[in-house]
Amino acid sequence: MSQLAEYVISALLVLGGAFTLIGAIGLARLPDFFTRLHGPTKATTLGVGAIMLSSVIYFSSTGQGLGISEILITVFLLMTAPVSANMLAKAAMHIGVKSMENTQGNPWDQ
Amino acid sequence: MMTIALYLTIAMVIAAALLNVFRLIVGPDAPDRVLALDTLYINAIALIILLGIALSTRMYLEAALLIAVMGFVGTVAMAKYLKRGSVIE
Amino acid sequence: MLDRLSFPQPWLSLILFTIWQFLSEGVSGASVVMGLILAWLIPQITQGFWPERPAFMKAWRMPVYLIVVLWDIVIASFSVAKLILSPRKPNPFFVCYPLQLDHPLAISILASTISLTPGTVSADISDDNKTLLIHALDADDDQQVIDAIHKRYEKPLMEMFQ
Repeated sequence: MSQLAEYVISALLVLGGAFTLIGAIGLARLPDFFTRLHGPTKATTLGVGAIMLSSVIYFSSTGQGLGISEILITVFLLMTAPVSANMLAKAAMHIGVKSMENTQGNPWDQ
Repeated sequence: MMTIALYLTIAMVIAAALLNVFRLIVGPDAPDRVLALDTLYINAIALIILLGIALSTRMYLEAALLIAVMGFVGTVAMAKYLKRGSVIE
Repeated sequence: MLDRLSFPQPWLSLILFTIWQFLSEGVSGASVVMGLILAWLIPQITQGFWPERPAFMKAWRMPVYLIVVLWDIVIASFSVAKLILSPRKPNPFFVCYPLQLDHPLAISILASTISLTPGTVSADISDDNKTLLIHALDADDDQQVIDAIHKRYEKPLMEMFQ
């Protein structure tokens, strides 16, 4: 494995891990459900995407073939994250989860 | 250098999983817990990929793909249950 | 009987066939046969669930749009990360977004895009498909959010689906 590939893989790994951690911190410390929804849908998806990318580079630089499975997983996560966020937001509005006091505008339920 | 980065990343993802478990236990409402579970399975996928890099094998990728599919179906089913009271109408 | 043997959705069949070739270990006789069976069977079974044929007129604009969205996802994650790590409280906002698109596929692409890009999650759509409810994590006023989404995402989608 070349030196350059090693640097790129390390950087992508640390970046992905950091974003996954930030998403989880957001999930743990943001004040209400609707703001918590933002952490996992964005930060965690990008974090896992970066880890997948480093895996693709690793396996192609060690000559074990191009990783199509990783790309499939990443595309699948990017497609499903908004859908599950939307479903959860609908469920939360239906149950009537309280939002923060300084939230402006109203959620509606139908 | 890659080994250090790999262990650092594994530590960060495990810390993230622990924070998710915290939200899963504390979470005041049911949607919070479902959201925590959703994030937890994405973290599990990341851990499986990292294990594959650490052991230099590609055998675990199929498992990651399966977890991605099943986790999404589970999250949607639980959200549907919370909204409607039943999964299949 | 003849329509049972046809491929009702050629693009879906092609995508399924290609993905199966990548998932199986190398292209061989067995994987080609299995891929053909799946590419025929899955569109046949799911035919009743497809609403109508999507009216894609300018599909060549899609890659440009996807690159813009991917770049925005990276930027969005950095801005959300900054907000999560800063001690101040966010200023959340429920925004009613008036839709100008009318095709269901276009609306669902727009909603997914909104969920993945800076500080906004699409939460619900009204029954008449005219209004989208968006939750913004940190916004000053709702007109700003509406203008940004309209200029960056809805315009290209409207051009694509006309």
